[in-house]
Amino acid sequence: MSENVHAPDLSVNLAGVTLKNPVVAVSGTFGFGREYGEYYDIGRLGAVCVKGITLLPRGGNPPPRVAETPMGMLNSVGLQNPGIDAFLSDELPFLRRFDTAVIANISGNTPEEYARMAEKLGDMVDLIEVNISCPNVKAGGMLFGTDPALAAEVTRAAKRAAGRPVLVKLTPNVTDIAHIALAVKDAGADGISLINTLGGMRIDTETRRPILRMNTGGLSGPAVLPVAIRCVYQVRGLGLPVLGMGGVSTASDAVEMMLAGAHAVGIGSAMFADPYAPMKVLQGLGEFMASHHLTRISELTGGVLPWEA
Amino acid sequence: MSNKRLAKDVFDLRVALGSETRPGAPGSFYHIACGGERLLRRPISVCGAWDDVVRFVYAVRGEGTKWLSGVCSGARLDMLGPLGRGFDLADEPTLLVGGGIGVPPMVFCAERIDAPVHAILGFRDADAVILTGAFASFDLLTDDGSAGDKGYPHEKLRERLAGGEWKNVLACGPRPMLKAVAKVCAEFGVRCQVSMEERMACGVGACLVCACAVGGTYKRVCADGPVFNAEEVDWDV
Repeated sequence: MSENVHAPDLSVNLAGVTLKNPVVAVSGTFGFGREYGEYYDIGRLGAVCVKGITLLPRGGNPPPRVAETPMGMLNSVGLQNPGIDAFLSDELPFLRRFDTAVIANISGNTPEEYARMAEKLGDMVDLIEVNISCPNVKAGGMLFGTDPALAAEVTRAAKRAAGRPVLVKLTPNVTDIAHIALAVKDAGADGISLINTLGGMRIDTETRRPILRMNTGGLSGPAVLPVAIRCVYQVRGLGLPVLGMGGVSTASDAVEMMLAGAHAVGIGSAMFADPYAPMKVLQGLGEFMASHHLTRISELTGGVLPWEA
Repeated sequence: MSNKRLAKDVFDLRVALGSETRPGAPGSFYHIACGGERLLRRPISVCGAWDDVVRFVYAVRGEGTKWLSGVCSGARLDMLGPLGRGFDLADEPTLLVGGGIGVPPMVFCAERIDAPVHAILGFRDADAVILTGAFASFDLLTDDGSAGDKGYPHEKLRERLAGGEWKNVLACGPRPMLKAVAKVCAEFGVRCQVSMEERMACGVGACLVCACAVGGTYKRVCADGPVFNAEEVDWDV
């Protein structure tokens, strides 16, 4: 079969799964794809990572759940979702109509819950993203992601039951991200997602009340981009596939994320400013490849040239 | 477009849309980008629409709307819309209850109802009074009595409903006012729809930050609302 040697190859390999391009819609910002599907063909995305799902339905936290911050936002949604059974019956079939990989983001209160969800997912999704980094829930969540032993335990439980590659989504709210990354790698993770939101808070100076009803929440948006780049950079030596995310708004941000070590790049809060952000990043990546004479986008991964210390 | 001051901190924005865009229905909103250094758009209710022009009357509440108030004629705005589920209008005698910056969507409702309409308009004080000229028949109230009668909209609503001729109540305003209006409507057994406000991010139903407790679950103000049946709203959550 002959190939057009000039066609830029946007495909990437993420933890053993081929994505047709590296642009991924981030969990929690894209619902189950229906809403943004009104704006463009979500089948153009490399992958859709669905809203975080739990074993049982969750109502989420009381409002207000959002506060704006300089070049960013705090959220305290608290994993509102219909539960894994409703996801499988009502949402997944819709997503499966599109030519895009589906990543299921799962959260549990115990390692066993992660295992049960991984088992239910079977091979019906392309990848499983184990969320051990949600700052907005009391049990589980970020607790698992800040302790290497617990992070490893959850990873092992999910891996034992999973029929598809497992990414573990880590929190940046730790002293040494590489330490946690190594723990989940040793526990069998096929890759990691970096970063979840950073803990944050805003206070109304008139009422002296925190803007969020939960007092604190998770920071995302362009403000966190340098933190995300740094985290991805710091785990580059581990040889783990990385889905890099955090503040990416433009193709240039995405290239930066890949140079730092990401194999694929998530677009999240940027969609709130511009629903078409993922499409624009995708187009911009193609243009970047053309102007830089790249034949394969994956050449960018880990391509940063660090100064010598 | 034009962008004129209507009262202290209240502006009247009119935007010519591209011909492909439909201007929206009463109760719907546009999600307006308010300057490049702010990540989040601001949801602003439609006050009126004709041909390809959409009208918004908005209050300067914070940095985003302050930026919007400084936008000059001839500028281009980045707007997403129309969004949300608006009022279910019926051509029946309808009372419109507007509080402060909740009055603008009531103007649009009044225009679109082909039946007797009466407005009950409440404001903080005389300086905050806007848009009374848009209603053929209205009661004016202020919290301090500096314009119209001193009092609150739900009190006047109770008087009006006692007459018995009104079939529907539509309301938009601060949450405590809406809660009081809902209670009065329930007393009289009159159907009431309320337009809820909540801080938003995506505006299209994907991110779940603009939660409002309705019927025992959290609904999305942007996509399931902003208009809800008052009797279904869980006012104490």
